[in-house]
Amino acid sequence: MSQVNDAAAGHYGDRPWLAPGAVPFIHIQGVSKRFGDFVAVDNVDLEIYKGELFALLGGSGCGKTTLLRMLAGFEEPSSGNIFIDGADMRSVPPYERPVNMMFQSYALFPHMRVEQNVAYGLKRDGVPPAEVRRRVEEMLAMVELSDFARRKPHQLSGGQRQRVALARALVKRPKVLLLDEPLAALDKRLREQTQFELMNIQDKLGVTFIVVTHDQEEAMTLSTRIAVMDAGRFVQIGTPTEIYEYPQTRFTASFIGTINMFEGTVVRDGGGLALDCADLPMRLALPEHFDGGEGQQITLAVRPEKIRMSKTQDAGGGAVVSLPGKVRDLAYMGNLSIYRVEVGKAVVQITAPNQRRLDQREITWDDEVHVGWDTASALALTE
Amino acid sequence: MRKQRSTFLFSALCFGMAFLYVPIFLMIFYSFNYSKLVPVWGGFSTRWYGVLFQSEEVWDALALSLQIAVVNATFATLIGTMAALALVRFGNFRGRMLFSGMITAPLVMPEVITGLSLLLLFITLEGIIGWPSERGFTTITIAHITFSMAFVAVIIQGRLAGMGQELEEAAQDLGAKPFRVLFDVTLPRLAPGMLAGWLLSFTLSLDDLIIASFVSGPGATTLPILIYSRVRLGLRPDINALATIMVLAVAIGVIVAGWLLFRQQKQRTREMQMAGK
Repeated sequence: MSQVNDAAAGHYGDRPWLAPGAVPFIHIQGVSKRFGDFVAVDNVDLEIYKGELFALLGGSGCGKTTLLRMLAGFEEPSSGNIFIDGADMRSVPPYERPVNMMFQSYALFPHMRVEQNVAYGLKRDGVPPAEVRRRVEEMLAMVELSDFARRKPHQLSGGQRQRVALARALVKRPKVLLLDEPLAALDKRLREQTQFELMNIQDKLGVTFIVVTHDQEEAMTLSTRIAVMDAGRFVQIGTPTEIYEYPQTRFTASFIGTINMFEGTVVRDGGGLALDCADLPMRLALPEHFDGGEGQQITLAVRPEKIRMSKTQDAGGGAVVSLPGKVRDLAYMGNLSIYRVEVGKAVVQITAPNQRRLDQREITWDDEVHVGWDTASALALTE
Repeated sequence: MRKQRSTFLFSALCFGMAFLYVPIFLMIFYSFNYSKLVPVWGGFSTRWYGVLFQSEEVWDALALSLQIAVVNATFATLIGTMAALALVRFGNFRGRMLFSGMITAPLVMPEVITGLSLLLLFITLEGIIGWPSERGFTTITIAHITFSMAFVAVIIQGRLAGMGQELEEAAQDLGAKPFRVLFDVTLPRLAPGMLAGWLLSFTLSLDDLIIASFVSGPGATTLPILIYSRVRLGLRPDINALATIMVLAVAIGVIVAGWLLFRQQKQRTREMQMAGK
């Protein structure tokens, strides 16, 4: 862990943005990027703190890569400013920025051996040869590639190339490491393993990581905070938990994970407010956080794992929703099962752990069931 | 139906190949003829190769042609590569369209026109600044560079366009200034293409007759000029021998250039696979 991080953040180690008086390490201020008529990045503001592992998450063409390239210096913002460690990056060329990038294609120099690839950046900085050798060896040992130092990139596997690219970018001890889809080219098993390696390395070196990814799972497991991007703007910025449990918009809710959404109008029901949804046989109780009024059009969203299902009516307390339905579809995933239950005209998706073996389970196709959830688990989305 | 078509295609192929290569093989064949009269077969012999190399005139012409070819190929490769870099990597600068059109113009320009216009240029220059004071090595070399560099530029342009800029960006990201990037990353990757361009320029220069005869002077006789002037006085067996040697030299040059371009293509495919695209 870096000293600055410890001193400024104290016990906020993992969440430096919460520390009182914390100074952002990277400050993106009203940055836009236009290519002709196309606005790739649209007036975004972002503060990233030292030691964070920050993910820019979004679909293709949402502007996340353009933003990363502006941080690296390959693109100049059309307007706005970028500050890294207090220094204005305007017209600072890529080769003078305190950042290094790991490219999606890794961009290893094909005519150089692994050790030469890793040493390249140090040599450009005029580091003495003995120290270059020491640091390259150290770095290759860290990514467990010491035995491959004399190979050419085309003699390595995809995972090994990825680690060479990481070593090459980290050996210069940059203040910020930019990673463009770092795991996209790896197969699933390798990806999971590499995820944890990346987190360990980041923890060990205390370098600020900014990861661009379209893979929500990757963003969830890797990062301290996530910025969800759409059409050149940030939709929501928050910790993985915040983004998953409290998405602020329908876009975020449906982009991250799966979610059931019920659209309808807010009506007065007995003492309080409820949602009148045309597709459902009964009204839905609203969560307490809802502060809107009667007549408003909203979406009630519930994650599939937060929904219970039983053959008998849910006997829980007052703060639950309970709906009758029929199991239409069932997908067995090994550790859990996905149920699609028809409720009125809507289909509710439910995931449940397989606590019993497949042939012993209680609920199966065409069973009449009751589905329900705690009202506090649902979200009322207005945007 | 299918059978008929393939017979037709096959005979067309044979005819085409014969049309292209029978004259050359005939020439090679007669270069080993003992008889002094070209079309009369007098038995196998390498006599005319011996005669050829006793002639000082032939040696001088060969030496001049080789010198011109080497200097031409070197300069054409340098200038052609720079032109290609400017066209592909410097974005949309003012006059880019004009430049890219002009650079390929020498490829389609009739050689007579190129030769004539260069001759006029040299004469005018001599009148104004007194250089070039005589026509020969320098003028022929300059003339050859003008069209050879166009070929090099086209080859390098193709390679650059397919290369993508990610490696250059990676080098910059690691702290290399643009000039350094050129020498560390761009040029090593262009090397096979540049070598192919060099060899192509070399062969183009070696067998050029028309442009060279326009811009050469009294003391400067290149090999093609020598052959042409001798043949005008009648077919001679030693010229067959000389031409056979030239065919061999040019064939080697073209085959090596082709092989280099093929390898470059293969490397590109490999890089694409590596990038996972």
